[in-house]
Amino acid sequence: MEGVVNSDIIIIILATGIRLATPYLLAALGEMFVQRSGVYNLGVEGIMMMGAFAGFYATLQLGSPLLGIVISLVIGALMGLLMALVSVTFKAEQGISGIGLYMFGWGLSGLLFRLYVGGITSVEGLKAIKIPFLSNIPFFGPVLFDHNGLVYTAFLLVPLTGFILFKTSWGLNVRAVGNKPEAADTLGVSVVRIRYQCLIVGGMLAALAGAFLTIGQANMYADNITAGRGFIAIALVYFGRWSPWGILLGSLLFSLADSFQSMVQVLGINFPYELAVILPYMVTIIALAISYGRVWAPAALGKPFQRGTRG
Amino acid sequence: MAENIEHLEMCGITKRFPGVLSNNNVNLQIKTGEVLAILGENGAGKTTLMNILYGLYQPDAGKILINGKPVNINSPREAIALGIGMVHQHFMLVPTLTVCENVILGLSKSFLVDLKTATQRIKEITATYGLAINPDAYVWQLSVGEQQRVEIIKALYRGANLLILDEPTAVLTPQESNELIELLRNMSAQGNSIILISHKLHEVMALSDRVTVLRDGEVCADVLTRETSQEALAQLMVGREMAACQRGGTFSPGKTVLEFQDVYAQGDKETEALAGVSLTIREGEILGIAGVSGNGQKELAEVIAGLRKVTEGKLYLNGKESTKMSPAWIIQQGLGYIPEDRLHVGTIPSFSIWENLILKDHHLAPYAKHLLLQNQVIMSHSSSLVEKYGVKTPNLETPTGKLSGGNIQRVILAREITRSPVALVAAYPTRGLDIGATEYLHSKLLEARSQGIGVLLISEDLEELLSICDNIAVLYEGRVMQVMPVEEANERILGLLMAGIAEEAS
Repeated sequence: MEGVVNSDIIIIILATGIRLATPYLLAALGEMFVQRSGVYNLGVEGIMMMGAFAGFYATLQLGSPLLGIVISLVIGALMGLLMALVSVTFKAEQGISGIGLYMFGWGLSGLLFRLYVGGITSVEGLKAIKIPFLSNIPFFGPVLFDHNGLVYTAFLLVPLTGFILFKTSWGLNVRAVGNKPEAADTLGVSVVRIRYQCLIVGGMLAALAGAFLTIGQANMYADNITAGRGFIAIALVYFGRWSPWGILLGSLLFSLADSFQSMVQVLGINFPYELAVILPYMVTIIALAISYGRVWAPAALGKPFQRGTRG
Repeated sequence: MAENIEHLEMCGITKRFPGVLSNNNVNLQIKTGEVLAILGENGAGKTTLMNILYGLYQPDAGKILINGKPVNINSPREAIALGIGMVHQHFMLVPTLTVCENVILGLSKSFLVDLKTATQRIKEITATYGLAINPDAYVWQLSVGEQQRVEIIKALYRGANLLILDEPTAVLTPQESNELIELLRNMSAQGNSIILISHKLHEVMALSDRVTVLRDGEVCADVLTRETSQEALAQLMVGREMAACQRGGTFSPGKTVLEFQDVYAQGDKETEALAGVSLTIREGEILGIAGVSGNGQKELAEVIAGLRKVTEGKLYLNGKESTKMSPAWIIQQGLGYIPEDRLHVGTIPSFSIWENLILKDHHLAPYAKHLLLQNQVIMSHSSSLVEKYGVKTPNLETPTGKLSGGNIQRVILAREITRSPVALVAAYPTRGLDIGATEYLHSKLLEARSQGIGVLLISEDLEELLSICDNIAVLYEGRVMQVMPVEEANERILGLLMAGIAEEAS
């Protein structure tokens, strides 16, 4: 190893890990609300692709990554609304409709890209915002306080979503609807409305995760740029036991493994490349297997709600 | 808050479901401080009627008047706003939330949940009516009786002064039932009106001021409780005279057919569910297992059927050790099993009646020859069973899950008894059944006894145990508290043993 592993490399691995955690965090926190309300949205990946394209294209046309973010949020909300229409209003089998949404998002984003952009085009994405003073702290500064706005947003969302879920009336309604919708219904909480709201929020956060990939990281769009991150995010919701802090832990675990493996490749450390690439996935599967238990799953997860037809 | 409900009236309520006329021109009234019992068999339309009052269903015809003014109740929320509260038979509580969170669910309109004020108000309510409960406990940690109290608090918190209770004692121990009756008395004395849905005659007699009897969706009587009797009500409810089942003949048990030797087993949550159970059941004996559900009854039934692992101890079926045997071996050795979850364990709901009737022997002659099912034999066998056991069904191809609870139980009974088992385990066989169906089941169990079958009957209905068992064992926290001949048992003794109190009872 001849002293290759020094503190600079550790800083790069950690800083990259933090950055890579962003899309997982955003998408998984959104999916957390969705599942807490009792819906199972497998279409996260498709929404991310649409968000990635929308953010990229709006930035390309309008010249502002902020507008790109706004547009991708709108698209995400629409995709969430579509899922809500299919799975809540029409009570379609959620697993199947989620896969449908995924394929729809994939196909549509690819089609739009070929129609309106065509080849590889780069955009001016989000810039890193150094936090004054804090970014000057040795080691922690570059690791934690030298990122773009979406990275900070994702991490701030962890305590914020926790607060919303556990301290607000809306959060109480969400938890009730996902565990015993009949009970919530008899108390005048609209199961349908809460599930719509959660799917829309979840869609917006998934789209934001996608937009991060195109205008916060790669500054370009390519077909299938999400590369399965939406599905990993769903796994992280399970891993994190439907809690923001658990999801944070899972996202960091996965993204640090990811950042480590890419560093292994870049630096040519003597470690089998194939093993390095599968490392993050191995870590996730092992962590899921160890932590698995359905005890904390929202009881009504995946079950469409229907008032009894006979008493 | 709405004005108090001094007088509520439902006039000419009619409600139709596809193929069923659930309520037909039903009239009902209640005034403040009154306890009204709505009595009727399953399917008589009691719950439908109350769901209409609570806004869960809309009537096809008829109207509801509160204090003389007509009201429209389109949702539970509107019912609550009018001062109507309902405690459902299956509790409408979110197990993963605390008592306090459950109580304020749907009420909190502010951005943040104000648990402090809510806890304070819950404490006031519990103090007024003497309901002990910890507002910070999670609902999944509470006993069934406590959960019911949470439901009542929930309604009172919303300012209900008319409370509807759907079969409130179905899940309670005798002691808990008495406490509930006490509580409801207290509440009506303080000016609340109570509507009690029930098919238990003695509790209707004990609690209500007036009884409205429903039969086949119509009101067939409206009487003052003090002017009627249990017998008269039973006759009104069923529409014919009832003969209570009593075990007849002398008790002359034969050889042992089922034996537990110091059996230990774990429950679903890896806690010890059976802790050294020793029991014997002999030919021609009905051994009753009394106990509050959750004290090992489920596990007891499952270890016999081979569905749950015995961690220690031994089991014998018909003289052969069956401790580690598979369910298939146990079935072939002659165990009949009427499981607690009759729909999902006792049958395959989407399978037709004939398929469920041959489920345990479909691979044997005469139902199968080589690899093929013998349809003619199966059909004639099935139709004779359906006739003999009086299963009400359009035809043999009907999915079993579409039948009523009583008819599903008849299908299971037909299958289990015609296999002429040496022993029959029946777990809560009459739970949720109406008087007619219960009477039929009792007569069949007694018939099995007279044929020399050893019957293990698990039940929480003490009246049932006392009327048909030869011996009664009380299960508490996975142990047998005591086994006694039925002649020495009564509700008080059993109730104390069920609560784990041994000294006083003996």
